[in-house]
Amino acid sequence: MGERHALAEGLRAYGLIAGMWVRSSMTYRTSFVVTVFGNLVVTALDFVAILLMFSQVDSLGGWSLPEVAFLYGLSATAFGIADLVLGSMDVLGGRIRDGSFDTLLVRPAPVLAQVGADHFALRRLGRITQGAVVLGYALVSVDVDWSAPKVLLVPVMVVSGAAIFSALFVAGAAFQIFAQDAAEVQNAFTYGGTTLLQYPPTVFGKDLVRGVTFMLPLAFVNWVSAAYVLGRPYPIGLPSWAAFMSPLVAAACCALAGLAWRAGLRSYRSTGS
Amino acid sequence: MGSGRLYLAVAAGGFRRYATYRAATAAGVFTNTVFGVILVYTYLALWDEKPHLGGYDQAQAVTYVWLGQCLYATLAIQGGGAEKDLMERIRTGEIAVDLYRPADLQLWWLAGDMGRALFQMLGRGVIPFAFGAIFFPMALPTAPSAWAACLVALLLAMVVSFAIRYLAALSVFWLMDGMGVNQALMITGIFFSGMVLPLNAFPGVFGDIVLVLPWAAQIQMPADVLMGETDPLGAFAFQAAWAVVLLAAGRLLQSAATRRVVVQGG
Amino acid sequence: MDDTFIELDGVEKVFDVRKKTGFLKRERRQVRAVDSISFTVARGEMVGYIGPNGAGKSTTIKMLTGILTPSGGRLRVAGIDPSRERTRLAHRIGVVFGQRTTLWWDLPLIDSYKLMHRMYRIPDARYRENLDRLVELLDLGVLLDVPVRQLSLGQRMRGDIAAALLHDPEVLYLDEPTIGLDVISKAKVREFLRELNTERGTTVLLTTHDLQDIEQLCSRVMVIDHGRLMYDGPLVGLHEVGESERTLVVDLERELPPIEAAPARVVKVEGPRQWLAFPAAESAAVLVARIAAEYPLVDLSVREPDIEAVIAKMYAEQAEKAANAGNAGKAIS
Repeated sequence: MGERHALAEGLRAYGLIAGMWVRSSMTYRTSFVVTVFGNLVVTALDFVAILLMFSQVDSLGGWSLPEVAFLYGLSATAFGIADLVLGSMDVLGGRIRDGSFDTLLVRPAPVLAQVGADHFALRRLGRITQGAVVLGYALVSVDVDWSAPKVLLVPVMVVSGAAIFSALFVAGAAFQIFAQDAAEVQNAFTYGGTTLLQYPPTVFGKDLVRGVTFMLPLAFVNWVSAAYVLGRPYPIGLPSWAAFMSPLVAAACCALAGLAWRAGLRSYRSTGS
Repeated sequence: MGSGRLYLAVAAGGFRRYATYRAATAAGVFTNTVFGVILVYTYLALWDEKPHLGGYDQAQAVTYVWLGQCLYATLAIQGGGAEKDLMERIRTGEIAVDLYRPADLQLWWLAGDMGRALFQMLGRGVIPFAFGAIFFPMALPTAPSAWAACLVALLLAMVVSFAIRYLAALSVFWLMDGMGVNQALMITGIFFSGMVLPLNAFPGVFGDIVLVLPWAAQIQMPADVLMGETDPLGAFAFQAAWAVVLLAAGRLLQSAATRRVVVQGG
Repeated sequence: MDDTFIELDGVEKVFDVRKKTGFLKRERRQVRAVDSISFTVARGEMVGYIGPNGAGKSTTIKMLTGILTPSGGRLRVAGIDPSRERTRLAHRIGVVFGQRTTLWWDLPLIDSYKLMHRMYRIPDARYRENLDRLVELLDLGVLLDVPVRQLSLGQRMRGDIAAALLHDPEVLYLDEPTIGLDVISKAKVREFLRELNTERGTTVLLTTHDLQDIEQLCSRVMVIDHGRLMYDGPLVGLHEVGESERTLVVDLERELPPIEAAPARVVKVEGPRQWLAFPAAESAAVLVARIAAEYPLVDLSVREPDIEAVIAKMYAEQAEKAANAGNAGKAIS
């Protein structure tokens, strides 16, 4: 069976399993409502922290509040989508430890789809909602001469960003096959990454910016393209076409994450962990 | 005094239990270090724009960040300490067994949580803090007395942190589900402890209010004591006062809960 | 046998085990969980796979289902290499992990079945027919709308077995299907498996600790220990090979001198009660008849040999043989 067929099968299995988890969570209605609300508040606090900072200053690293909100909205929305789709992959380590990972391997569906849909939770829509609201605020208040490429870049950034974060989640899952107890390392890259990208690149040391541009290309979630949209120089001087590279970078990240996942799965099947 | 030894053993048990998760501890150290680096840069930018914000200079702001990362797991700022187990025991009814133990329920759980906190501080907190001290300019005191005072403030912070979470856990006796309470713990913990921004940098009246809430005893007080920004005795008094009030409230709630269990025939 | 369904030829599974030996030192050691195992199972057979904990039972099952990749040897199930074509094989096998339910905890039982229906793309008519049959045979009717978390252990096991069979697998693997079940639940499960095997011809391979599972279900038993196949044949033969003995407990009317009834021998006397050991292959009925004719009997019971003891005995003998062979080899050279 071809790759294409496998993808269709994977999406189908994902849909089936995610549906079961949604139904499961609905059996505890109050808990569901409480967690949806709580999730919204927790993520909102993220932005409140930035608002608090701007209650004391007019700019951060030379960027105004609407500009920082633009970064924040892009990063939070992209991360929110990845988090909704693959955010529960940190339960994989536990599944391997208690042996229930084996039960996924005897099903006629791609394992990655089954692991991705594991513990699917609609409460994670909270983060997307909150990110989108901030992005909306940024779009109406930011001072930009909107041209066609700039307008186009906004949805491109959200989708590519979501893909880059998804690749991180998958790579993190592959890592858990080797180190089941170290699931938290993943948080440093996923949650750490989205936190980092909520602030202007000018805030951080040049080496750190270089690292997240060339080594772990988080900067292509929003920094690089947003700098172009806002007409601000990127601190480490990239050519302007770099702003349009995020889809390619995202595709490369996904391919690498896919390879990592395959390596992880192969190692599980040959060691039994 | 035999019972003192009992609680010491319980605390040692709490310490050992967390010490067995080595890979998880290493992962936590890494994550706290990464978050520390990100926060340090944002704080430096903030203090660049507004020097002496909240009375801190840049080195003090950096010190605050790393102390916060050191105490993040220690004080279970987002929850996940003894209260998690306690909630589970209440939910499943196993708590009835604990009530028959010839030990005080609150002290028992306090001892276990102190053991856990001590391990989290040594195993998970010290390394990020040392990392910060090596790679960033920090405002660390040279006088041993300042470190000793900070240690006292840390112990009191642990007690206050436990007292808050104990109250939250007992609410499960009435709610029968810890989900919402955990969310509330997480939200208040992150925000009012000063995890996102030092409380003295909060604006206006809001800033005045958060500084007198119990969560101020957790990171703000130990930080101020360490950096000589406040009178240690005043800080201890503030922390101790909240500890007493919250522990007393915990006892009150505990006896109400116990009566409930007895009435239910648990 | 032409109708070979499962085929193993010199299958091995080697694990790398790392052990901490010092502060930073780690020792790498290779463990042979499965050491060159060969056997075939014909379509429609019902085979018991037994052995002590850590003998390599579940490793074998995991290789047969495609969860683990063998380190060496050749393995085929229905002509398919499990580890290479895991998903294709998945449509043709059913797996029940005794202590791990695959049912959805918070949802009614029927919801788990509906998921299987769609995930395995079972044609509607076939699904309904299979579901009806399984519900009837496994007595699940009143349980379909009950959330799985409210089911008892036995009910859940029956529910899991049904879930594994909805897609008409040609072989069913069961890992400890009766563990922790009460007597009635055990009987129900066994009766169902017998019927599944005889009526529908489903090949069944089960691992168990319970010798009664084997006695009541399997015509053939395989014993594995330390990753090696120690025995493959009928259960009776296992007793012969292991030279195992059954015990006859006889209650006499009064205290008497030890009963004489060769080949049985008295191993213990306690007042009017006597314990007699006799080869497991001997008929108990003949022995009992002889004793009853000569002695005043009040009551008697037969105790089956302990499977672990049989295996231990077999293992000791093999080791002895190997040692002898080694000595013989030396003597010749």
